[in-house]
Amino acid sequence: MIEERFDAIVIGAGMSGNAAAYTLASRGLKVLQLERGEYSGSKNVQGAIMYASMLEKIIPDFREDAPLERHLIEQRFWMMNDRSVTAMQYRSDDFNEDKPNRYTIIRSQFDKWFSSKVKEAGAIVLAETTVTELMQDAYGKVIGVRVDREGGKIMADVVVIAEGVNGLIGQRAGLRDAPKPDQVALAVKEMHFLPSDVIESRFNIKGDEGVVIEAIGTLSQGMTGMGFIYTNKESISLGIGCLISDFAKTRISPAKLIEDFKAHPAVAPLIAGSEVKEYAAHMIPEGGYKAIPQLYGDGWVVVGDAAQFNNAVHREGSNLAMTTGRLAAEAIFQIKSRRDPMTKENLALYKKMVDDSFVMRDLKKYKDMPALLHTNSQNFFKTYPELVAKAMENFVRVDGTPKVEKEKATFKAWRAARGIRGLVGDVVKLARAWN
Amino acid sequence: MHIVVCIKQVPDSAQIRVHPVTNTIMRQGVPTIINPYDLFALEEALRLRDKFGGEVTVLTMGPPMAEDSLRRALTYGADRAVLLTDRFFAGSDTLATSFALATAIARISEVYGKPEIVFTGKQTIDGDTAQVGPGIAKRLDLLQLTYVSKIGKLDLDGGSIEVERRAEGGVQVLKTRLPVLITMLEGTNDMRRGSMKDALRAARAEVVKWGAKDAGIEDMTKCGLRGSPTVVKRVFAPGGRTDKAEFITFTDKTPIEFGDELVEAIFKRQPAVEDDLIKHAHEFAAY
Repeated sequence: MIEERFDAIVIGAGMSGNAAAYTLASRGLKVLQLERGEYSGSKNVQGAIMYASMLEKIIPDFREDAPLERHLIEQRFWMMNDRSVTAMQYRSDDFNEDKPNRYTIIRSQFDKWFSSKVKEAGAIVLAETTVTELMQDAYGKVIGVRVDREGGKIMADVVVIAEGVNGLIGQRAGLRDAPKPDQVALAVKEMHFLPSDVIESRFNIKGDEGVVIEAIGTLSQGMTGMGFIYTNKESISLGIGCLISDFAKTRISPAKLIEDFKAHPAVAPLIAGSEVKEYAAHMIPEGGYKAIPQLYGDGWVVVGDAAQFNNAVHREGSNLAMTTGRLAAEAIFQIKSRRDPMTKENLALYKKMVDDSFVMRDLKKYKDMPALLHTNSQNFFKTYPELVAKAMENFVRVDGTPKVEKEKATFKAWRAARGIRGLVGDVVKLARAWN
Repeated sequence: MHIVVCIKQVPDSAQIRVHPVTNTIMRQGVPTIINPYDLFALEEALRLRDKFGGEVTVLTMGPPMAEDSLRRALTYGADRAVLLTDRFFAGSDTLATSFALATAIARISEVYGKPEIVFTGKQTIDGDTAQVGPGIAKRLDLLQLTYVSKIGKLDLDGGSIEVERRAEGGVQVLKTRLPVLITMLEGTNDMRRGSMKDALRAARAEVVKWGAKDAGIEDMTKCGLRGSPTVVKRVFAPGGRTDKAEFITFTDKTPIEFGDELVEAIFKRQPAVEDDLIKHAHEFAAY
């Protein structure tokens, strides 16, 4: 029997895999997409916020039928200690536009929709099919995949590896190392169901408007981490994630973290009376620019989380996944159109396209940020939030103490905690990492 | 040999959510699966085909999205899938459903060959009536073997089949002539994992789609709501219990104090238990 041959095989049906498979299939390539879960989205976990402009580049009229929850009109940044929240908030009616910029989504529904588009574009999508290994020829060129079904040897000119953050296939084939514990976060998340009118009154929104809250502070108990609260139509996604190396070091349980977060006096009223119908946990790549592995080789490219594409500072993961999936597909299409082989040399085009895009430029900008936040996590996630809370309380509470003395007390507290050198040093380091 | 297997796409009952406020079932977003009992029927059909040759046709009636479950059946190795879909079928109860399916099977016989065996699961997990299989058998004038736990000897030349049927108080071994309708019990086999070849074929296969007319149905009054004497009056989730458990804290108490408090609390709520105990205590004392 002659084995069936495809132009491209895409491993995985998350954001990057769907973007790649859709782009390849809609350009007329013969595409096979393999997903180990029951359907696209069954294994995928995200907060989740979806950025419109990156999806527009793939499916311009997605708003017509994609399952979107709420468009975001307000972002709140919270710095928390155990009793208080110091917040910055940006809300703008400009976000109530014809084509809103950001949406909350529920991945299991959104991915199903995305996958239906992939099928419509002409790709063959096989769920419940796990790729067990990449097939390589004597020279190491990837020539296909083996799957966990009888007769499961399938050949392709190129394999797009979109297998997610802990991708075992690429690791097993020696294409990249397993992510290190300080390069991945573990996030836990719950879905709290509430009637839409309750959500709207609690968050001061109407219709399809939505709010994002991102929180740092003592909620991560000194670990590098962040909490989030996103409004969906009839539910609230709430979660917290911290570096796996920090979890390992502190032995704090993620379940305890999320319980404490939910019990915080500023959070509890938002979710009061809700019913938790889903909970999930997933890893998030946090290594940034310096953790990005080799992106291409003979007969293969790697996209999305599997390649550590995630902007930890701006909480952008899925749009980097979509964009790298699309760019990989466009590169493959160009090479194919020239009737060139899928060699390492030719597939370098993908890396070049990623380098030229916002993806690599953003990640490069923040290349020192992970190291800074990871090594000084106590300062940034515990000491400073406490100091800020104390300063705010000194500023706000009126009790007859002269203001001068209050300011002195605040300054003294800051100096005692970090020292003048420490304070200046942290500012300089942060500024450097930002640039 | 030709085998027809009737399957139904049902909501995954393990994942049905009840709306926290209105207490109604939230159908939206609930994943659908092939009725688990039907999978035992399908696997049995595939095994017979593998052994004796021939074809397996899967048939379902449902909305257009029911195509997903047919495609899944093809992935397992079924040869052909027929989707009976028409707005006239909406709201069918078991009477209207068995009428439509029986008519479609008669049509399948004309187009793809007369089936020796029609399989169904013993019942569905959403309706739980176990009426549709027998309903089809009656309308097609087929002999029927219900609650079958094992397929025994199949003699195609002699036109007979032997099965084990689970009955109250034991197992019946039954033999009958073909053609026959069999409803399969759960736990009779394990569904296979389709090969890569079947999976690829399923992804590309055209599912045959028939409206009521295509299936040869002329009397529309027997279809859908009009043909369904059963009326669902209300669907609801039973409310929670109103009486709450009473908690007794253990902190700062000796075990004896804690025990006293516990017994006292029980007696307070169940005076009859206390009376009973006292009565028996006297009896014990007398003894």
